[in-house]
Amino acid sequence: MQREKFLVVNNHFQLQYEEKQSCYVLLYPEGMVQLSFSAGEIMNLCDGTKSCDDIITALTEKFSDESIENDIVEFLDEAMNRDWIIYHEA
Amino acid sequence: MKLEKKTIKPPLWILLELTHKCPLECTYCYNQLDFANTKDMMSKEDWFKVMEEARAMGAVQLGISGGEPLLNKDLLEIVKKANDLKFYTNLITSGVGADISIVPKLKEAGLKTVQLGIQSPDEHTTTLITNNKTAFNDKMAFAKACKDNDLQLIINTCITRQNIHQIGEIIEMAEKLGANYLEIANIQYYGWALENINALLPTRAQLDEAKAITNHYRENRKDMKVFFVVPDYFATRPKACMNGWGSTFLTINPDGVALPCNTANTLPLTFPNVKEHSVEAIWNDSEAFNYFRGDSWMREPCRTCDEKEKDFGGCRCQAYALTKDMHAADPVCDKSSFHHVVTDKVEESLSSSQEPIYRNKINSMNIIAGRLAKSCK
Repeated sequence: MQREKFLVVNNHFQLQYEEKQSCYVLLYPEGMVQLSFSAGEIMNLCDGTKSCDDIITALTEKFSDESIENDIVEFLDEAMNRDWIIYHEA
Repeated sequence: MKLEKKTIKPPLWILLELTHKCPLECTYCYNQLDFANTKDMMSKEDWFKVMEEARAMGAVQLGISGGEPLLNKDLLEIVKKANDLKFYTNLITSGVGADISIVPKLKEAGLKTVQLGIQSPDEHTTTLITNNKTAFNDKMAFAKACKDNDLQLIINTCITRQNIHQIGEIIEMAEKLGANYLEIANIQYYGWALENINALLPTRAQLDEAKAITNHYRENRKDMKVFFVVPDYFATRPKACMNGWGSTFLTINPDGVALPCNTANTLPLTFPNVKEHSVEAIWNDSEAFNYFRGDSWMREPCRTCDEKEKDFGGCRCQAYALTKDMHAADPVCDKSSFHHVVTDKVEESLSSSQEPIYRNKINSMNIIAGRLAKSCK
């Protein structure tokens, strides 16, 4: 993970909050992943204007919890591995 | 029979069959043999209503199919509406039937994914399967336009005896076209495919070879995801058809009839029409959608089977087509007393030299006329 690069959801996927499921979901051809609360919070910040470091800052502030840094990096690595997110090339 | 309402989960996947007209005449089509009786009765507003109601229930995936959906003049507006409603939009097309300039317009309307059917990497075989001389070139141009417009491209190749020897070339072709996914779908035998089974079913040896070639690619390359759908005629347990009747999937036919699966109207049940009922009422309350929910409809050997939660007794349409009893176990299952019907069909088809008939209006009308003559006797 290049921590200073902006991240964005791969445009072949579609991320949205679903009221009926009370969670963020990630849609792809003929399928859907229901994201956990924390995964949804992280993915929702991958909007092309924030880097891994920015997301860590935003979420550690929001939840007043410094210990989540590793979890965030780990999740973003996995999300990138699965092509859910990509680096946003300006 | 009827379940408590709260146990019924909303549909996730909605398939709009915009028309059953198609410029191709593929021998393996799953559409009903009597498709000539299905009229295009849905206006743009009717499709909008269906999408709004399904989305309000929580549906997220939308498939736009047919027949050939490119033939519907309202296609772009339907895609735009679906995207505005935040469906994930999948266009399931042959790539034949509209000017190529439609591709950038589809992208602009918000289309996410194109599932493009390509039968073969060569023109001759494509023409043989589809009975359409321009199909191959049209498909190649459509695939290129999808990539040029940054649409996600899934290539669907339906596999039968007519093209199973080309698996390696099909994988190469899909890779060259830049497909994000390739689905190698050994066809399931419904509709026209069942009518033509003697000309279409491959041998087990051919199937094993096709699988080996696919696995070889998967191990050595990772550029493109390849799915391999196995034909259930060579299995001993049925597929969990539609993830369970009325559990996930809803199809709307060109005449507005709502179905729990694409071929359910081959069953002796009456299915409701979205012009007369809301999607919610159809899904939750209609007799047809509740008919095979749960397991109280099951007969032996399904009723006491420890795998009934896994495959739900298999496919109702296949059970009816092959045993004439829609409550029977799917005869693909070797616990079924009708399993021999499947193994006999496999045997018979291998020694047959029957020519396939094409899926077209004239053949459909002949089949309808033949049924009428039979019922008058």
